[in-house]
Amino acid sequence: MRFAETWEWVSTSPLFALTLTVGIYWAADKLWERSGRNPLLTPLLVAAGVIGAVLVLLGIDYTVYADGAGVLTFLLGPATVALALPLYRQASHVKEAALMVLGVVVVGSVFSILAGYWLTVWLGGSEELALSMAPKSSTTPIAMALAESLGGWAPVAVLFVMIAGLAGAVFGPWILTAARITDPRARGLAMGVASHGIGTSRAFQEGETQGAFSGLAMGLTGLCISLVIPLLVP
Amino acid sequence: MLGGLAIILACQLLGEVLVRLTGVPVPGPVVGMVLFFGWLLWRRPREDGSTVRAAGTLVHYLPIMFLPSTVGFIVYGPQIASQWVPAVVGSVVSWLLTFLLVGWLAMLLRPGRRGRGASEEAAA
Repeated sequence: MRFAETWEWVSTSPLFALTLTVGIYWAADKLWERSGRNPLLTPLLVAAGVIGAVLVLLGIDYTVYADGAGVLTFLLGPATVALALPLYRQASHVKEAALMVLGVVVVGSVFSILAGYWLTVWLGGSEELALSMAPKSSTTPIAMALAESLGGWAPVAVLFVMIAGLAGAVFGPWILTAARITDPRARGLAMGVASHGIGTSRAFQEGETQGAFSGLAMGLTGLCISLVIPLLVP
Repeated sequence: MLGGLAIILACQLLGEVLVRLTGVPVPGPVVGMVLFFGWLLWRRPREDGSTVRAAGTLVHYLPIMFLPSTVGFIVYGPQIASQWVPAVVGSVVSWLLTFLLVGWLAMLLRPGRRGRGASEEAAA
């Protein structure tokens, strides 16, 4: 039996990376449903932990896995384009709420950059760490490009983007309710501005209005952050 | 489904091309989203049509597309371990402040705050 050669093929094959990713996400999703949608069992969080552990145990390099599962990451582009659909369905509501949407996107984007950068510096983080933190409210591909151009670390920027997204997906709905933010549009906007695409997919689970406003806020925040970040950080 | 997918991919492609031609610092997919929105307003596709099904499917599976990047914490987490306090506290606290600021500001700016607000709050 040619175990070594076969394992060499399996561990570097995109087929293995995809089977692992889709299978574990599916199981994590089932677990979440069974738990009565317990926020601490958010599928993305659980699945990332399990896959991380599997890669470490099997000794598979992260970059090999990320290349193999790259087709899923690639689909983030078309999925971002597709977010125009919920927006289109909610077009009449969005029009009526234009001032609210633009107001919170501009204020939220500027605040998020300044708070992320200065809080990190103030807590003793390096300049590179703070620059990787600054674009974290924008979605993954945007944050990577911005961190790189500012002189931060792109992969670390992704880490902060994920923390912002997961914080929204796990605790967002509960915090909004505790803070008496009850309007479905306001809930969607908070998720979209502060927690981008991950927050948006969570907002859709709450309702179509929340999801549409979150998707809109996410798109506009990505746009706004790319435009203002060079002016805001030293 | 395929027709819809072709339109979505074409919108992204056009967005990426426009961004590169003009040099504006905006991500291609965001421009693609604006283009696709325009296309939807123009064509008004049926709810059971190919475009709506393709877009609906992509949006539905959004979380799993973030999964490979999220797993990156196993590599990049240890790299910044020496700065874990500013990394963790900085990201979580600045996220929380942004999140609450946006939520409260949206409640203040929402249209029809006096008239309709009460019934909506009751429904929520």
